[in-house]
Order: sequence, then structure tokens, then C-alpha cells
Amino acid sequence: MPTFTINGESRQFDGDGDMPLLWYLRDELGLTGTKFGCGAGVCGACTAHIDGEAVRACVTPVSAAEGKKVTTIEGLHPQGDHAVQKAWRELSVPQCGFCQAGQIMQAASLLTKNPSPSDEEITAEMAGNICRCGCYERIHSAVRLAAGGV
Amino acid sequence: MLHYLEQDLKSGTPASRTLIENVSRRSFLGGALTVSGFVMAINVAPAGAREALKSYPTGAAGMPHGVITDPKIFIAISDKGDVTIVTHRSEMGTGIRTSLPLVVADEMEADWTRVKIDQAPGDEPKYGNQDTDGSRSMRHFIQPMRQCGAAMRQMLEAAAAAKWNCDIGQCKAQLHEVVNTESGEKLGYGELAQAAMSLPVPALETLKFKSQDEFRYMRKGEAKIYDLHDITTGKAIYGADIRLPGMKYAVMARPPVVGGKIKSVNSEATKKVPGVEGVFEFAGPDAPPYKFAPVGGVAVVANSTFAALKGREALEVEWDHGANAVYDTETYTKAMYETAKKPGKVIRNQGDVDKAFAEAKDTFVGEYHQAHMAQAPMEPLVAVARIVDGKVEVWAPVQSPFGARKDIAEALKIPIENVTVHVTLLGGGFGRKSKWDWMIEAVHISQKIGGAPVKLQWSREDDIQHSFYHTTSVERIEMAIDAKGKVTGWRHRSVAPSIVSTFAPDSGYQFNIEYGMGFADMPFEIANVRCENGEAKAHARIGWFRSVSNLPRAFAVQSAVAELAHKLGRDPKDMLLELLGSDRVIDPKAAGFPEDFWNYGEPYPEFPINVARLKGVVNLAAEKAGWGKTLPAGEGLGIAVHRAFASYVAMVVHVKIDKDGTIRVPEVTAAVDCGFYVNPERIRSQMEGAAVMGMSAAAYSAITFKGGAVEQSNYADFQVATMANFPQKVSVHIVEPKEGHHAGGIGEPGVPPFAPAFANAIFAASGQRLRSMPMGDKIKV
Repeated sequence: MPTFTINGESRQFDGDGDMPLLWYLRDELGLTGTKFGCGAGVCGACTAHIDGEAVRACVTPVSAAEGKKVTTIEGLHPQGDHAVQKAWRELSVPQCGFCQAGQIMQAASLLTKNPSPSDEEITAEMAGNICRCGCYERIHSAVRLAAGGV
Repeated sequence: MLHYLEQDLKSGTPASRTLIENVSRRSFLGGALTVSGFVMAINVAPAGAREALKSYPTGAAGMPHGVITDPKIFIAISDKGDVTIVTHRSEMGTGIRTSLPLVVADEMEADWTRVKIDQAPGDEPKYGNQDTDGSRSMRHFIQPMRQCGAAMRQMLEAAAAAKWNCDIGQCKAQLHEVVNTESGEKLGYGELAQAAMSLPVPALETLKFKSQDEFRYMRKGEAKIYDLHDITTGKAIYGADIRLPGMKYAVMARPPVVGGKIKSVNSEATKKVPGVEGVFEFAGPDAPPYKFAPVGGVAVVANSTFAALKGREALEVEWDHGANAVYDTETYTKAMYETAKKPGKVIRNQGDVDKAFAEAKDTFVGEYHQAHMAQAPMEPLVAVARIVDGKVEVWAPVQSPFGARKDIAEALKIPIENVTVHVTLLGGGFGRKSKWDWMIEAVHISQKIGGAPVKLQWSREDDIQHSFYHTTSVERIEMAIDAKGKVTGWRHRSVAPSIVSTFAPDSGYQFNIEYGMGFADMPFEIANVRCENGEAKAHARIGWFRSVSNLPRAFAVQSAVAELAHKLGRDPKDMLLELLGSDRVIDPKAAGFPEDFWNYGEPYPEFPINVARLKGVVNLAAEKAGWGKTLPAGEGLGIAVHRAFASYVAMVVHVKIDKDGTIRVPEVTAAVDCGFYVNPERIRSQMEGAAVMGMSAAAYSAITFKGGAVEQSNYADFQVATMANFPQKVSVHIVEPKEGHHAGGIGEPGVPPFAPAFANAIFAASGQRLRSMPMGDKIKV
């Protein structure tokens, strides 16, 4: 029976360990900030963190979180004031907003690993997160802003 | 879009229908106002320097339920002074949920930080038309919203005048309070709320509107979008985020070919999947036209989305694919090219095109193709439905909640009063979410489980394979050129399966809305013009995609101009300006436009095709992009201009070709003339997004059919632009509106000019001319 923490709270999961983390978060815990976009790990809308590292929750089985710390957009910062979230608001990044939680989680994971990424590193890291509204220019700028580079 | 379609299908009586609706609504409003309104007219004297609104007619009058201008419907003020503004249009990323309430708040002098926004359910008789597509929200509702705001401001001032027992002329609303300009006393909006709300609504003629220098929020672009904090913290509620007690989860298997039927179903394995609670079969519609009817199939209901998906995987369904199994993209595309070589149905005729070509010294021929596309918004379709005591309640990210409500009532054969449609935020729409097939599916599934709440989730594969697709097309353009290098004849043949086939027996020909999108309304000053439409029958559900037929038409027309420039050794921008010709408002009759010419539903005198505005944005974009500058080898600029949805957009795309042939877009310069504008910040974001979606269409996105079924299934094979390659910097220049240039559309007009400007830039950079969308993101080197 996998045990782990989700946004700091310890949890025990007694269901099918193959269930993607996404559906556990959304259907069972009601943490709906993590979005379903493709179900195949190709759009990034479901990006959450396991031990601070960005993962695609739609293709990550719950069992993979065993003994680890899962963080979702709801738990990124208690007041929603993570540097990435603030930068996102400063530059009014979102249009429809649906992919943005995943984009923010991806960016936050990047800045943890690499606090001052180059433009190319930002592009490489964010290229797997699709935004159909086309907010890429602002997303890129917001990651730079959050890194203190703007 | 649907409304215009229905009008067209009602055999030529749109004008009388519009008239009836106008008259009935006016008499209703007039009746309500004459009882009490005149009393107010005496009390509410002109306030300061404010001006009477020079109101103008729009196409809103012809839309179902038109506009509502009653401030008591749209505005509520609590006794603490909190203002709630109702937004009746759907938010899918344009920012309209912020921008329209901002108009109200500005006119009523409300403090934006004290405004809450309430999303209206689908109720057009109460709120006016709610069909959020066609880039219409600002175009149709800026006047009614200004009217609501101004009326409320005057009601608050009148309430203050009554309390102070003074002349209303000395009561001035100012940032959430009314100030007595003689005594300096102040009354907050909360203190005045009750008295103001009990006053009758002043008539339009008595209203004074703010002059531009008095605007607090309009035209500034400083207000953040209303949902910004919620979006960045995961709290914003989209369709799938609705959770009801006892809610079940459902997915459906649908026939892979439109019109296909279930032959047999084996659901034994499905029923053994833990969590699966039911399997239900649904017959699709008997015969075309399918309209927005669900296509039928097999629904799996479970206690989680995961179980429902697993249950669907375990299903064994045999399908009878039906007549559309013949649809094969390769064969069909070849046939379209052949059709475009032959004369078609004449849609526009001006002068004598045959003579022009007979006397031509030289000719130009260009054939341009576009593949089908799916809208593929990031949020796949989803709806939550329940039925309690015969009353249906649905929550969905829908562009047209009232249209959905009507059809749900009809599908269940219940009165419309027994259906409620709640609108969540939309995770993108792009036209897909103004077709509500999935909402009807959800209601039908709830019916099968005794009305229990159920969330029907579409997977991405469902979304890609069961869309209402952007049409596929061949646009063939021929030009006759005289000895002086002047274009004397223009022949444009358009071949594309029509949207109308989804709604009526398919004639194989397009209809006036499709003709009106950059085809029959071609603005060049050429003496002899003929636009012809060749036959192309549909084998898929054809729908609308952001900017619709404007996409292939702008691609064809604006690519052809640059090709002609090359042929004649001219500069592409100069060639474009020369073809546009003299500054003029086009006379549709003299130009041979069809009698049923469609001007985005707008009255032509108010929203005419103004060539000076087209040239204005061409010149502005060219100037800001440094048109004519010398660029390194492998780089080039391309330009294109297009009028759509009553707005004018020119784009200069800068292309840089990598050594391996990868096409990059370091910069796009956009010039936008959308007339009177409200929120320049969201206009910029729409243009940035339009460039990205333009690049998706231009370089990446194709839906192809084999055996009648869609060959793509997810973002891995239905590709869209990602951060790996996208227009990296989009500079947006907004034209200051002139008197009488009314608010035009913004959501869609930015998309069409991108693809031709991109193709023209690729040519400038590499000498390679690409004429088929998607063009790919790599050229041969």
C-alpha cells in the first residue's frame, strides 16, 4: 500500500497502484488544479512534482510516488506567491489558463534545479508543455523574470 | 456562426426575421420604460461635459435575443458597496470576462478592485445573445454595456440628489462614491445602493457617456484579467473541475467514421473492470445532416475516470462504417485540385474576366492547399450533468450555453425551463465548444443512471477524432497581366467541403458566410474579377475553427500577391499596396459582390470594407518591422494583410532558416486596426496567440482521413507549435481609432495573415515557395 505525502499531508493509497497519479489527485483528492490534457504525457497540463522534480501525472502511476513527496499547484506555495506564480501574474501570462498550472510547475522545477537558466535552457525545459492559446513568449519571459533575469 | 447558418437555411427571410425580433424587443423595452422612464428623464439632467453616445446599429440586432441594456440585470450593489457585474459571454482566453465588465465599471465609476464578476447561466431572454463566437463580444456588447454602466451611474447620482435634496447637476459619481460638488459631502455606492436600485432605469436618450479623457479603465490595459490569481494557484474552475456528491465518471467509444453505427458490442471484459458500473449503447442519428447530434456509441460509467477509461479499453465494438468510409485525404485532395482547374459556380462577377485573360500579355496561376484541422483546445470536452425531478442541470465549458440548453430540452423533449446550463471557464474553445454534442451525451448518460450526476470526459483522442473539422481546401488564383505589368483580371476558384453540409443536405457548394471570408470580398482594385466555387462534398463533420475560411483565403490571396511581385520584379509590399489601389470604401454592388454578401453579420454602412484602413495597417506593420532592411543570408521578411470580423490586421513575419533547414520565426510585427478598442493589453495577448496558432496551422497541423477515419490521435501526431519553435517576439501596434470606426473583432482576425506572411518570408529567405498547409517547419537545404 503506497504511502506518500501530498502537499505536506501524508496519505495512504489502497486502490489500484497502476492508476495514474492524475486521477488520484483529481477524482479522489479533489485537487483539480492539475489538469487532464492528453493522457499520454505529451502536453504537460498535468505536471506536478515528485520530490521537487516535474512529472507528467497522467502517465505516472500512483505507485511511483511511494515514500515520496508529491506537490501540486495547490501546494507550491501556501499563499500562491512562489516566484514563478508572481512572475506569471506580473506579466499577465495566461489566456484561457488551462495549461498554466502545468507550465508553472514545470518552470518551478526548472528553477529549483537551475536557478539561472539560459534562454535555451528555458526553451528546452518548457518545450514539452503545450499552450494552444500561444502564450509561449510570455511564459518564456516569466521564467526569466522569476529567475531574476529580467 | 450557427445563427447565421440557420438564417441562411431558412430560405431567404433573414431580413424579415431580424425586423420582427427588433420590433418585438423594442416594444417590450419601450413599454417597460415609458411607465417610469419619463419621470427619470426630468430628474436626470446632463452631467458635466459628458456626451451623448453616438449610437450605431450593429449585427447584434439580428442575433437571437439581441442585446439587453437593463443595468439591473447586469449590476448588483450590496449595502457594503460591493459591486457584482454579470458577464454573459463565455471566457475561453480572450479576456472578455474581464473586458466587458470593465466597460460597465468604467462607465458607472466603480472601483475595479471592489468588483466581483458573476458568470451568467445560459439564459438569452434575460441577458441577450450569449453565442460567444465570431469575434462578436466586444463588437456587439460594448454599447449595451456602456449603456448599463452609464445608466447605473446616473441612478446613483439621482439617488444622492434625492438624499441631499439638491440638484442632480451637483452630484458627481467618482470612484465608488457620489460627491456633492457644492458641499463636498460624499455618499458611498453602498449607502446609495438601495435607493439607486429602486429608481427606474433612465432611457438611452437621457444618458450621458464618458468622454475618452474621462476613461478610468477603458483603453488603458492596466487591469489584470479577473481570474489571474485563481489560474496561477490552480483554483480556477474549468469544466472537469466540477464535482458533485455521488458523481459518476463516464467515457464513450464512438464510431470512427461519421455516420457509422454499432454492429456488435462485447462488454463482458469491461464489466469485469473494477469500478465499472454500467455500459450503455446509444444509436447515432439516422441520416445526415448531423448538426450537433451526438454520433452515438458505447458509454462506460464507473466510479473514477481511470476505471471508465480502462473499461473502454476492454470494450470490443464492431462498427458498420457507413457511406463516409470512402473518405481518403490523398484521393480527395487530388480531386480538389482538378475541380479548381475547371469553371465553377460564379459567386462574384465584376467586369469581363474572360476578355481580360484573352487580352492578357502574361498570366499568373497559383494553387494553394490547406489540410483539415481540429481545434484541439487544451481542455478536452467535458460536461457534468444530473437530472432531479425531471429538471436537468449541466455544467460545461461551452461557448453557447443557451443554444446548448435549447437542444438539450429538445433532445429530452422537456420544456426549456427545466434545463439549466452553467458555464465554467473554458480551457480554450476555438470554435469546438460552440458545438454541444458532448453535453447532450452527458445528459443522455445521466438519464440511463436514473438522473445521477455524471461527468462525461472526452479523451484527447476523442477530441482529435470526433471534431467538427476546419475544412480542407484548394484555392486557385489566376491573374491576367497587361503589357505594363498591371493586373487586369482576377479569377479565384475556391474548392472546399462546406460547413453547411453539417446542417443541411450537402449540395457540395459553399454558402454566403464562407464566400464572405476573404473570397468574394477580395478588396483589390482590379477591373475584372470573378470568384467561382467548385463542388466538394463533405465526408466528415465540417465546422468552424478560429477565423474559419479566412485562413485558406488569406493564405492564397496574400501568397499570390508576393508571387506576382516576384514574377514582376517588384517589392511585395509595394505590389500589395498597388493592388489594394486607391483609398476608398468598397461599393459591394459596383464590385459585383453577391447579393447575399455576408459582412460578418454587420450592417455594411457601419462596418464597410475600407481600403484606406487595409493600407494603413500594411504601412504601419512595414514601418515598424523595418521593411526593406538588409538581412543576412537565410533570413527574410514576408508581409500579408487581411480584413476579418470587421477588423484589419497586417503582419510582417521575420523568418530565419537554420543550417539544417529548420524554419525559425524570431519576430512578428503586427499592426491592428480594430476600431474603437477597450483593452489593449488583451488585444496584444490575442495577437501573440494568433501568431502562435497561425504558425501551428502554417507549419504543423493536419488532420487526414483514411477509410473515413481520422489518422491522428493526440498531440504527438496532430502537431501544434510548442516552445521548441514558435514566433518568439510579437510586436503589436494598435491603430488609434478614427470617428465612426466602431469596435471590430479581435479573437480571430490575427490568425489569417500569419500563414501567408510566413510563406512569403520563407520565400524571401530561401527562394522556396510553399503552397500547401501545413508547410512543415523545415525546408530542403
